[in-house]
Amino acid sequence: MNQKTFFAFIGPSVLMMVIFIALPLATVLKQSFYVTQPVYQTLEVETCTPNFTGQVCVKEIKTIPTIGDNGKVITQTSFVGLVNYQNVLELPRVIKAFANNSWQQFISIDFWKALRFTLSFTLITLPLVLFFGLVIALCINNVAKSIRGPVIFVSLLPMIITPVIGALSIRWLFIGDGILTSFLEWWLVRDISMFAQAWTIELMMMFYRVWHVAPFAAIVFYAGLQTVNQDTVESAIIDGASRWQKLRYVILPHLMPLIVFVTLIHLMDAYRVFEEVVGFSSQAHVISLQWLTYDFLTSDLMGNRSIGRASASSMLTMIGIVLLLIPVLRGVWIDYKGKRL
Amino acid sequence: MKDINLIRQPIGLRLSSYFFLIFWCIVAAFPIFWITVISVKLPIDAFNSNPLNVIFGPETLSKGKGLSLIDITIGLSIIIFTAKLTTGWLGRMVNKYSPNGYLGFGWIIGAMAFGLSFIIIFFGIMPSVLSLLNDISGPLGNNILGFSTEHYSTVWFEKNFIKNFQNSIMVTTGVVTISLTFGTLAGYGLARSGSNLAFWILIIALIFRALPHSVLVTGYLPFFINSAEILRPIFGESAPTLYGMPWATVAVLVAINQPFTIWMLRSFFQKIPSELDEAARVDGCSHFQAFRRVIMPVMWPGVITTGLFSFLLAYNDFLVTSMLLEAQNTTMVPAIASMFNMETTTTDQVVAVAAAVSIVVPLFFLVLFFQRQIVSGLTAGAVKG
Repeated sequence: MNQKTFFAFIGPSVLMMVIFIALPLATVLKQSFYVTQPVYQTLEVETCTPNFTGQVCVKEIKTIPTIGDNGKVITQTSFVGLVNYQNVLELPRVIKAFANNSWQQFISIDFWKALRFTLSFTLITLPLVLFFGLVIALCINNVAKSIRGPVIFVSLLPMIITPVIGALSIRWLFIGDGILTSFLEWWLVRDISMFAQAWTIELMMMFYRVWHVAPFAAIVFYAGLQTVNQDTVESAIIDGASRWQKLRYVILPHLMPLIVFVTLIHLMDAYRVFEEVVGFSSQAHVISLQWLTYDFLTSDLMGNRSIGRASASSMLTMIGIVLLLIPVLRGVWIDYKGKRL
Repeated sequence: MKDINLIRQPIGLRLSSYFFLIFWCIVAAFPIFWITVISVKLPIDAFNSNPLNVIFGPETLSKGKGLSLIDITIGLSIIIFTAKLTTGWLGRMVNKYSPNGYLGFGWIIGAMAFGLSFIIIFFGIMPSVLSLLNDISGPLGNNILGFSTEHYSTVWFEKNFIKNFQNSIMVTTGVVTISLTFGTLAGYGLARSGSNLAFWILIIALIFRALPHSVLVTGYLPFFINSAEILRPIFGESAPTLYGMPWATVAVLVAINQPFTIWMLRSFFQKIPSELDEAARVDGCSHFQAFRRVIMPVMWPGVITTGLFSFLLAYNDFLVTSMLLEAQNTTMVPAIASMFNMETTTTDQVVAVAAAVSIVVPLFFLVLFFQRQIVSGLTAGAVKG
C-alpha cells in the first residue's frame, strides 16, 4: 500500500482525531493560563422606601456585573499565568499542612484529596482485578463445557451494565436499611451506617469496580488459557511439576502479554474513576480527579463556570495518567524495537 | 492429552471450582436481580429489612397488585422462549434473509423487529389474556407475588422518560454509524500498512484512549456555549449554539471512541488474509475497489462487534452527555442522576430504581443476542495487543 492510498484510508479518522481530540487539548492548555470573569462596575445606587412621613432614601455603593447591549453580562478574558494552577494546587495550604506535620490537613485540600483517592483506588483495585479475573478464568476452564456458556453470560452482566447504574445497584443494597446493611447489622450485632464515613464508601466503590472489571479480565484470560501449549504442560507434568509449579512456570508466563494488556486498560479506566462518585453521591466524603474537573465545570448558582481552574486541573490530571502509563508504554516500545531488529 | 488432565484433576479441586463459580455468579447477578425485584414493589416493601418481604411484597399484594401462579408460569415461559429464539432462530433468519454484504443492516432490522414484536406481545396482548385466564381458573388465579408496574408508568409517562429514550437512540445511532464508517477505513489502512507512521498513529491513539473524558469536555464546553458567536463569521445568523444539541454530543463521543475503534478494527482486519485483497489487486482492482468488493463482504463479524462496543460507550456515557446537554433534554443515563439525587420520599427512590432497570433491560437483551460477538471482541483486542 503506497503512502497516498494509506492517507486516503486513514485520513478521515485522523482528521477527526485532530479536530476533536488534539485541538481541544490545545485549547485546554491555553485556557489554563487565562481567566474569564464578568466585568464589574461600581455604581452608586439610591434605594428609596416609602414611609409615613415621606420617603427614606439610602445611598450605597455596589459592585455589579456590567450588562451589555444584548442583555448579557460582559466578560473579559485575561492572561493570568500560573494562577489557575496555584488555585487548584493551593500550595500555601500544603506548606502549612506540612509545617504542622498534619496529613489530615493536607488531605482536606480538594485537589490532593482527589489525587490521594484516585491513586489509591487505581493501585488497590488493579491487583484485585487481576487476581479475581485469573481465578474466575481458571475455574471456568476447570468445569464441564456445557455450563461455561451460561457462566460467561452471567459474568458479562456486571461488565456491560451502565457504570452509574452499576454503582447505584450496589448503593441500593446498602443505603439506609438496605438488605446488606441489615444483614451486616444482624451479623455483627451493631448499628452500621455505610454512608457516614469515607472509608466504607471507598470500600463499596472498590468493590463495585472489581465487580465491574473482573469479568473483563476473566474472559481475556480464559481466551488465553485456550491457547496454552498442551505439549509444554504435558512435559512439565512428566518432569514432575506440581499443580502450583505448572501454573507458576507454564501458564502464567503464557498469559503474561494478556496480563500486561489488562493492566494497561485497567490503569487507564480506573484512573478516570468518576461514575462511582456520582452513583454513590460521595462528593461530601470522597472525590476523584475527574470529578474535581467536572465540579469546576458545573455552573454555580450565578451561572459561572470556572473554566480556567477546570483546565488547570485537567492538565494536571493528564500529566498524572501519562506518568502512570510510562512504565507500561516503555515495555511496549522495547518490545516493538526488539521485533524490528 | 485432555484425558491426562481430567484424570489428574483431583475431585476436590473440581468441586471447589464449581462452588467458586456458583458464588461468583450470585455476586455478579445479585445486585441486578435485586433492583429488578424492588422496582416492582411499593416503597414500603421495596426497602423492607426482611428480604423475604421484599421478594413477596405483602403490602403490594394487599393493595391488590400481584401476580398469580398462572401469570408467573406463562410470563416466564414466554421470556425463556424468547431467549431461546434470540440465541438461535433469529441469527439463522438474519443470515438467510439479509442480502449479501448487508449483514450488519440485517442484524439491526432483525433485532428491532424482534424487540418490537416482543414488546407488543408481552406488554400489549399478554395482560388482558392473563386477567381473563385468572378470572376463570379459581384458586390458581389468586395473586401470590406482589407486583406493581406503577413506578414504571411514573417514569415513562409522568417524568417524560420517552424523550430521554429518544435522545439516547439518536445519540447511539449517530455514534455507531459515524465511528464505524471512519473507523473501518482507518482500521483497514492501518492493518495493511507496516510503516512507522502507522505504528506512531496507533501509539498516539492509545494515549488518546487514556485521556480522561473530563479533559476533552473542558476543551469543548466554552466553545459549545459560545458557538453561535464564534461561528457567526462562517455561518452568518444561522450559526447554532451547540450546547444542548444531542447531535453535537455525537461528534464528541465519536472522537472519544475513535482510538479504541481503530485499534479493534485493525486487529480484525489483520485476521483477514491479505492474499484476498492482493488477488483482487492482481485482477485489476484499485485499493478502494478491492476493499469494497472483497473485504466488505467478509468484514461484518468484526464490524458488528466493534459496533457493539461503540454502542455501549455512547449508551453508558454519563460525563459528556450530562455536561454538554441541558438538564431537561438529556439522554437516559444523566436523566437518572437527577432522579436519585432528588429522592425525598421512598416513592421517589423506587421510581429511580425503576428508571435504572429500564436502562438496564436493553443491555440485558444485548448480551443475550450478542454474547459470542462480545467475547470475541474482548479477546480480539487482547490477542493482537
